[in-house]
Amino acid sequence: MTVLRLAYESLRSRMFTTGLTIFSIALSVLLLVGVDRIRQGTQVGFEGTLSQTDLVVGARGGSLPLLLYAVFHIGTANNDISYASYHHFANHPAVLWTIPLSMGDSHRGFRVVATDDNFYEHYRYRGNHNLQFAQGSRAEGIFDAVLGSAVANQLHYHLGQQIVLSHGLQASFLKHTADPYTVVGILARTATPVDRGIYITLWGDEAMHLGWENGAPPLTAIPESQIHKSDLHVKTISAFLLRTRSRMSTLFLQREINTYQPEPLTAIIPAFTLEDLWSVLGAADVALSLVSGAVLVVGLLVMLTALYTSLNERRREIAVLRTLGLHARQIFALFILESSLISAVGAAFGLAAAYLVLFAIRIPVENRYGIPLAMVGFSARVAYYMAAVVVAGALLGFIPAIRAYRNALVDGLNAG
Amino acid sequence: MITAPEAVYLKNVVFGYDLRTPVLRVDELVVATGKRVFLYGPSGSGKTTLLGLITGVLTPQQGSCTVLGKDITKMSAPARDRHRGSEMGYIFQSFNLIPYLTVRQNVALPCHVHKRRRLNMVAHTVDKEVERLVARLGLEVYLDRNVKKLSTGQQQRVAIARAVIGKPSLVIADEPTSSLDADRRADFLELLFEVCDEAQATLVFVSHDRSLMERFEEHIALRDISRGCA
Repeated sequence: MTVLRLAYESLRSRMFTTGLTIFSIALSVLLLVGVDRIRQGTQVGFEGTLSQTDLVVGARGGSLPLLLYAVFHIGTANNDISYASYHHFANHPAVLWTIPLSMGDSHRGFRVVATDDNFYEHYRYRGNHNLQFAQGSRAEGIFDAVLGSAVANQLHYHLGQQIVLSHGLQASFLKHTADPYTVVGILARTATPVDRGIYITLWGDEAMHLGWENGAPPLTAIPESQIHKSDLHVKTISAFLLRTRSRMSTLFLQREINTYQPEPLTAIIPAFTLEDLWSVLGAADVALSLVSGAVLVVGLLVMLTALYTSLNERRREIAVLRTLGLHARQIFALFILESSLISAVGAAFGLAAAYLVLFAIRIPVENRYGIPLAMVGFSARVAYYMAAVVVAGALLGFIPAIRAYRNALVDGLNAG
Repeated sequence: MITAPEAVYLKNVVFGYDLRTPVLRVDELVVATGKRVFLYGPSGSGKTTLLGLITGVLTPQQGSCTVLGKDITKMSAPARDRHRGSEMGYIFQSFNLIPYLTVRQNVALPCHVHKRRRLNMVAHTVDKEVERLVARLGLEVYLDRNVKKLSTGQQQRVAIARAVIGKPSLVIADEPTSSLDADRRADFLELLFEVCDEAQATLVFVSHDRSLMERFEEHIALRDISRGCA
């Protein structure tokens, strides 16, 4: 108890070096834990974005790009699929439900997704959460739009607002000014990329491009009042989500879609494709962890240097403690305690900082980059890091402690 | 505890920091209980080494060291440390104090480390005992100051308080006055005698300065008891 008190007071008296040492260890723990938490946070976030969907289907192409643009609004579709193919699989006996998705337009940086009622009905995230409306209701009319919560929040839009959509994903000078849309609903926050979308009907998507067949706006815009659902025929969509009646049939259906004769299609199992993504990102994760590990080594060496260089000026202190009846082993313990305290406090600060940073950047990252970042708790890996830091700190403490122990025995009362 | 007639009794002691080159041989050293003993010898004659043997910080290669009735050469290292801490007070020439503790924390240390020192206190709590002793030495205004802010003379007085708190049987002072001005030495010595008497402690005072000698009841010249080797 006395030794612990001594260790504490000794460290406190060297506030500046102790503080710097704790800071450097905390910083390295922040990096180590932060990298790990962000990795797991994105995994949980991505995996939570889409649930109960067995297959994602798009035009023939890479599976990762398909998943990224269809579900996470990252990247673009290289090809559309025909509505006929969609219709074929939507009515397939093995299929429980499908959600069509048609993308390609945007509004002030947010993607416009044309879909139908199935989206509001069947879309599930984080297990069994379904979409809820914060205000208003589904888009039903041709010029109705539903906003994701982040869109409504950032653009300060409200029900009844008229919005003009741009052609393409970049802020474009080609605007569908002739056909403004009206906000009829705002979705509740889901903490997934759904929040960053604007949802219109498939009819609306067609109506927007009516007369655009050659890729440019029609010379004479067709007034809204003259467009009716009966005039519109949905010809293509970008992708669709699909749930099978029985999980068992997923692989058969995937094979059937991939070999569908009338049109080249790709069907992917989202969880498997995400695994591919993680293995790609795994290398980056390892590299970042190695850098953080190196920072940790530097932090611990800073501590060792501070403790070791203080040894000479502390010989007198050791002699005094010996006359007070402290065993050489207690002198040893004093130095081990000092290094353990520094590394434990540094680790604790670093851990707290990591979670604070994660908490603070979660919403901005989600809003700015559309990367869902879940708040994840403690993990075995974090516990392992913490234990490793404290144990490494204590072990490094052995170097000055052994010197101090030997000084205590050899110097006797002659020190200083 | 039975009071032995000799507070310190060393017999045929040989000590060297390594086995082949002994630096100190003491045929016989006797310090009677309750006496104030002046132990003198020139600088470098092994005085501090001798004190290391008496306190049990060092162990001799040969011979026996009986201190306060216990042969410390036969004790384990932790037992010797406990014996030293609970039965002895020690004052160095200078830098006696733990630099990162306050006056109060420094003086209280022996009581926190050893139960026996706590049991022998006059006051009921360690804090009260520290305050009593520090006031006795005229340092009460410095109680909660950092010791680095005190003058050398004040630091030496704090060292006295720490040496005598909890009434150790033996107080050992190693040249405690050599860092003080000549006119402060007499005052320091007077104070040391008073508090040692109050604690009923045997005092072993080591110095090369023989001008202080006359104030002690017994004198031992290191030259007479040892055959120096170094």
